[in-house]
Amino acid sequence: MISVEKLTKQYGTTTVVDEVSFAVERSSISVIVGTSGSGKSTLLRMINRLVEPTSGRVLLDGTDTRSEPAHLLRRRIGYVIQGHGLFPHRTVAENIATVPRLLGWEESRIRARVEELLRVFQLDPLTYAGAFPHQLSGGQQQRVGVARALAAEPAVLLMDEPFGALDPIIRAKAQEDLLDIQRRFGTTIVLVTHDMDEAFRLGDRVAVMSQGRLLQYARPAVLLTHPADPLVSRMTGLSDRAMKLLSLTTAGEAALPGRGEGPAVAASASLREALSELVWSGAAGAVVIGADGQPCGQLTVAAILARGRP
Amino acid sequence: MSRATLLRLAVLGLLLAFLLSPQRFAPLFAPLTQYGAPPIYDQGNLLTLALAQLGTVCCAAAASTLVAVGLGILVTRPSGAQFLPLSRTLVNVGQTFPPVAVLAVTVPLVGFGEKPTLIALFAYGLLPIFENTVTGLRTCPASVLEAASGMGMSAGQRLMSVELPLALPLILEGIRLSLVINVGTATIGSTVAAKGLGEVIIAGLLSNNTAFILQGGLVTGLMAILLYDALAALERRVCRTVQLD
Amino acid sequence: MTPWRRIDRLGLLLSALGAAALVLLPFVVFKANRIVPGEPHGLFEVLPAWAAWGSLAALVLAAAVALTVPGAKLRLAAALLGVGVLSLAVAAAADALTPAGNRVVRVAPGAAFWLLLVCLGLMATDAITRLRPGPLARVLLLAVLVAIAGAALAHGTFDNLSVMREYAVNAGRFAHEVRQHVWLSLGSLAAAAVVALPIGIACHRLPRWRAGVLATLNVIETIPAVALFGILMAPLGALAAALPWAGELGIRGIGAAPAAVALFLYALLPIVANTVAGLRRVSRAAVEAAHGMGMTNWQVLTHIELLLALPVILTGIRVVLVQNIGMVTIAALIGGGGLGTFVFQGIGQTAIDLVLLGAIPIVSLAFAAAVLLDALAELTDRAPA
Repeated sequence: MISVEKLTKQYGTTTVVDEVSFAVERSSISVIVGTSGSGKSTLLRMINRLVEPTSGRVLLDGTDTRSEPAHLLRRRIGYVIQGHGLFPHRTVAENIATVPRLLGWEESRIRARVEELLRVFQLDPLTYAGAFPHQLSGGQQQRVGVARALAAEPAVLLMDEPFGALDPIIRAKAQEDLLDIQRRFGTTIVLVTHDMDEAFRLGDRVAVMSQGRLLQYARPAVLLTHPADPLVSRMTGLSDRAMKLLSLTTAGEAALPGRGEGPAVAASASLREALSELVWSGAAGAVVIGADGQPCGQLTVAAILARGRP
Repeated sequence: MSRATLLRLAVLGLLLAFLLSPQRFAPLFAPLTQYGAPPIYDQGNLLTLALAQLGTVCCAAAASTLVAVGLGILVTRPSGAQFLPLSRTLVNVGQTFPPVAVLAVTVPLVGFGEKPTLIALFAYGLLPIFENTVTGLRTCPASVLEAASGMGMSAGQRLMSVELPLALPLILEGIRLSLVINVGTATIGSTVAAKGLGEVIIAGLLSNNTAFILQGGLVTGLMAILLYDALAALERRVCRTVQLD
Repeated sequence: MTPWRRIDRLGLLLSALGAAALVLLPFVVFKANRIVPGEPHGLFEVLPAWAAWGSLAALVLAAAVALTVPGAKLRLAAALLGVGVLSLAVAAAADALTPAGNRVVRVAPGAAFWLLLVCLGLMATDAITRLRPGPLARVLLLAVLVAIAGAALAHGTFDNLSVMREYAVNAGRFAHEVRQHVWLSLGSLAAAAVVALPIGIACHRLPRWRAGVLATLNVIETIPAVALFGILMAPLGALAAALPWAGELGIRGIGAAPAAVALFLYALLPIVANTVAGLRRVSRAAVEAAHGMGMTNWQVLTHIELLLALPVILTGIRVVLVQNIGMVTIAALIGGGGLGTFVFQGIGQTAIDLVLLGAIPIVSLAFAAAVLLDALAELTDRAPA
């Protein structure tokens, strides 16, 4: 869907992004992670040409992004930035309607879309459509920012540290909501963050960057088990890599057949959570409960531990 | 020396040279006159006029500063808090009064000469200084004030050692603004027979002598710019000492 | 709380001043003609007993309210009542002292009137400040005041006061000078806005230019008005002499032309400075989001940046308009016309009424402009910080 080919950006003699190449599959989430100064934001902004590359190109569905004027390209790509950037002088509804208006949609279609998005993001249209950004809480503003980016039904969504300004509890909910949205709309998402846990939680594939270079681009589990560079292991965290690996698999995926005994663990919970529960309760095994509330398998401590290494 | 300082000294030098021996510049102004009119103002000494105008302005400024700062302090104390909202509205309203109007209204009351000019300059000059004093005193960081009280300073000591020094940059800015406006108003004061460079301009207007008008205009303008600049430099010095951003 | 504490300090100050003025200073000044010195008269000397006692009662009521009543609305009402009664009293005094049909006699309000007016005005201003009216309420209040004053003037209530006598003598010229004054003030503002806005936007985009441009404009701003008028007269005169068609257009060494150019130059700094300041306040995230959404540069500028910077820009325009109205007064010195003509004529003839004929409209115009533009700035502030 998105193909980044040898993108480079230089400012004078400083190379901020150094010949980065990777490909993002349709309807998947790719997370670009790195410390500040690693060039991840610049890389993201080269995809929608807010920054023009010094060399290299980006193919969107096979077409070079430079084949049309930048502002027309950007109307097809959703863009969410840290600090949401809502227009303070326009209502929530007007904010969300920005790109559809730019594209010339009919009013009725715009109105319907705005209402739909508000509902999806759990904001009651009657209360919030006419409100101004400064009247909303931080979490609500962030949600409106994402809704605005999705308004014109873009195939691609670019997000630059979208959850950075939220406090931890709201952030977790926002991350869950993003996964829900992605499943619902099937959007291809490229997200930038400095938080490795977030990258692991959200990314189908994770790109690790340092000082402008792409160190590795792979599934999170692979980053843990087969790091391409010692720097990658350091960034993913050597001290708790086992726990990280466990957090990538759900209890439902790892459940063994049979009726077990012990505390109940939800099938959607990660193995890390399941292990924690078992340690806490002192039991040797657990019962895995499916979404329907019925037991669907069992887990033992030994089985979980086996999953925690490559 | 930076380029700016060199420029300033050059301008000052030029101005002083002209004021001290204006006749040397006569050939420059001669083309602007008609029918053999005198190219250099001859109805009075230019240097004396300039100094007289400067004197009037500084006198008025000194008086305004004393009164305005005093009122500013009063209004920001708890006992004067009742007067604060009104005083801020008055400052706003006062700024809509053109300085000329203040001058014009004073004349019929006290006659011609220096007096109405001084009164008008005093009254109009109060506004910027008062406004800036109030803002400066009110925006003192609360933590600093609390520390001062905690150390055992009395209210008076706090005012003198903490609040006023911290408010000083803003107060100086107000004085500078006030002075610049006053130089302009004092120029018009010549229409009411106050001694000043406006006299030169008006004489030029009356006798259709462009050279006079230009001389008066240039000297007044340069004086105002140099004054403004000197005070800005003083302000920067003080700001550095107080070390506020 | 002791009764002493409950007395309003401001009310005490104003009542004391007002009472002293009424007792010690003349209420009106009577002159048999324009040239002779005036004779002072007190309130009770000129009005019939019922009128005098009635006026006194209204003033005492205002003082009492000022001293004891804390509610702002009541204070405002009492103050406005006092102003109304005071104005009617001075008009009636003028009527009483003027023999029927006599156009030579001049009756002017005395020091007591002015001081009382100031005291009542301060009381009203204080009350309005405490009420903190919104922008629309302020405009409405202004409109009501203007309507009442206009009606009273049109009806001829004040016709026997010396200021109105001067107006009667100069009526034709007055209208012309008012038009000239307004035209000069607004015209130079409009021209400056057209030039200064793009300069401000450029300075905001190119920080390297900012310091230089602002410093230059600052220098211009520092030059006193008369001086700048004078400096401009030479080149404009030369221009008129060299190009005859320029003279046809009205570009001459004297008159409105140098004043208009000077006003234009003076107007640049506040508008440029405020445009830059306003644009700086616009959230960068909003601007980047706008670009990221695919708005063209022009769309981002007009839909987002300028709209959000508008309140600050309007404040700059307010500063310029008020400044202009004041400076056009000085333009009268170089033949530029406007209400300043009356002011300077009055100074020359030591006729305060002529001065007031010019000064009162000037101050009123400036005040009205300030209230209207401030209200507009507040109304366009869709993004309270």
